[in-house]
Amino acid sequence: MSPLRRFLRKPEAVAGAILLAALVAMALSAPMLFPGDPQAIAGPALLPPFQDWSLPLGTDRLGRDVLAELFYGARTSLAVGLAAAAAALAIGSVVGTLAGFAGGLVDEVLMRITDAFQTVPGFLLALAFVSVVGPSLGIVVIAIALGTWTGPARVARAEVLSIRERDYVAGARVIGMHPLAIAFREVLPNALPPVLAMSSVIVAAAILTEAALSFLGLGDPNRATWGGMIAEGRAVLRTAPFLSIVPGIALVLTVLGVYLAGEGIVETTAVRRGLS
Amino acid sequence: MTRALILLRRRLVGSIFVLLIVVVGTFLLLEAAPGDAVDAYIVSTGGDAGMIELLRHRWGLDQSELTRLANYLWALLHLDLGQSVTFSRPIRDVILERLPTTLLLMVSATALSFGLGSALGIYAGARPGSVRDRFLSIGSLALYAVPGFWLGLVLIVVFAVDLRWLPIGGIETLASDKAGLDRAADIAIHLILPVSALGFIYLALYLRMMRAGMAEVWRQDFVLAARARGLSRRRIVLAHVAGNALLPLVTMLGLQSAQMLGGSVVIESVFSVPGLGRLAQEAVAARDTPLLLGIILTSAVLVIVINLLVDIAYAFLDPRIGAGEAGA
Repeated sequence: MSPLRRFLRKPEAVAGAILLAALVAMALSAPMLFPGDPQAIAGPALLPPFQDWSLPLGTDRLGRDVLAELFYGARTSLAVGLAAAAAALAIGSVVGTLAGFAGGLVDEVLMRITDAFQTVPGFLLALAFVSVVGPSLGIVVIAIALGTWTGPARVARAEVLSIRERDYVAGARVIGMHPLAIAFREVLPNALPPVLAMSSVIVAAAILTEAALSFLGLGDPNRATWGGMIAEGRAVLRTAPFLSIVPGIALVLTVLGVYLAGEGIVETTAVRRGLS
Repeated sequence: MTRALILLRRRLVGSIFVLLIVVVGTFLLLEAAPGDAVDAYIVSTGGDAGMIELLRHRWGLDQSELTRLANYLWALLHLDLGQSVTFSRPIRDVILERLPTTLLLMVSATALSFGLGSALGIYAGARPGSVRDRFLSIGSLALYAVPGFWLGLVLIVVFAVDLRWLPIGGIETLASDKAGLDRAADIAIHLILPVSALGFIYLALYLRMMRAGMAEVWRQDFVLAARARGLSRRRIVLAHVAGNALLPLVTMLGLQSAQMLGGSVVIESVFSVPGLGRLAQEAVAARDTPLLLGIILTSAVLVIVINLLVDIAYAFLDPRIGAGEAGA
């Protein structure tokens, strides 16, 4: 049975894929459905949802269109989540491959640095980094990646340690390939599957961290973010709780979609460690 | 006992290197920030160039980066974290004042998530593939997808605003002159919501780990042997399957500590709990770099200590760990 058909036979995986597809559709269609600045004033302040059909989810404290902000927030969440996870996986696999392949002092130094990064709470590090460099989308991505690359690094290193003793690596040495070329052209690609299997968890964690940073006011101030919307609604939590609750539900559904679809892909392609 | 001591010594030596990397790395990162505490201070109070010069000199901010790093490390050896510009007090005192609150929050949240999570995990894993297993698996995944700070806000809306059962925030009733048990009860009531918001997310993690571990153990021969011996299902589940699945959860306890400290930053902000996390946010807002550095360092030490404790507990729980090292 092909992996795709196995994937489609899992109801959880299909549900996750549908959630993700909806999110991607929201992110892509935002500029078409809501041309103009989502942070501009669109109507009277604090309009409740389902009152005015030109503003279906109502407006926030400043009269901004909640639905438009929700759509643009999907763009930010998705962009930051994917970029931060890609950066974390890239840094992690390079560091892990170098440590595992080189061994000795290089391994020792790189792993102590990994330990150090794992010892500092990732969120605290992200908070410090953003506050030092200033909030922008790129900086938020780097800040999140700083706290998440250690997991992939450890997995990559463990995998490289088992691969580097294989015959084809010895063969590459015999034909005189440069050690770095062996490490990155021969070993790294084969060590990737278990690292990639972590990507859904990392994307999910990145989306949640971005939301938490924006919630504390450390997100990109020029973009609509779900975390920022929740923080904005917090000021009127007693009278208009939906302003905080709606973007939170969007967050939960997004992260859930990432988990479910990711788990489905890992299970159906059996790239999980031990099965490959 | 010697086994645990050898393990402890090895870990301590490694931890010192790790801490050194953390100190130097964080110091250099925070130094890279444009503007310093004096700039932030002047913005709020006002002052001329002479005043700025004087303040820079007083806080030692006019020296070179390396000199300041060396001075910082030297002071650190005497457990001196420097002076906070915002609070005009020694940073160590400010941190020590906030630390117990965060520890209380973390310990309670860990107890909640570990206790309830593993119990539900046993309940789900006792019959893998059953309806309750699937229900709890999906439910826990949904819970794991919930951002803690948002859960906190929802809990506030429901239990503090609508039902008015619990206080909306803070750590105790202000100026209530409560003492002894009354005060403890007051703090406990204030902690219910923040602890739930922080703990429920990790509850899902422990539940899933416990369940997955049990599914693995069910397949092993000794479980079959226990069944063949005619032991009751209850006994097999509790004594044989759950007991063996519990060990990885103990490791997770240490690994999660860093994440939970990070999570408490947002939770403390949502519930206005005056702990270390909120202090970190105040430090960021006030550009109080030395204070932020001190908080990061304290968190790192805390994480190292928790992991050491977990390692020691593990060495006692699993006789295989460290046996080789002790023999060498």
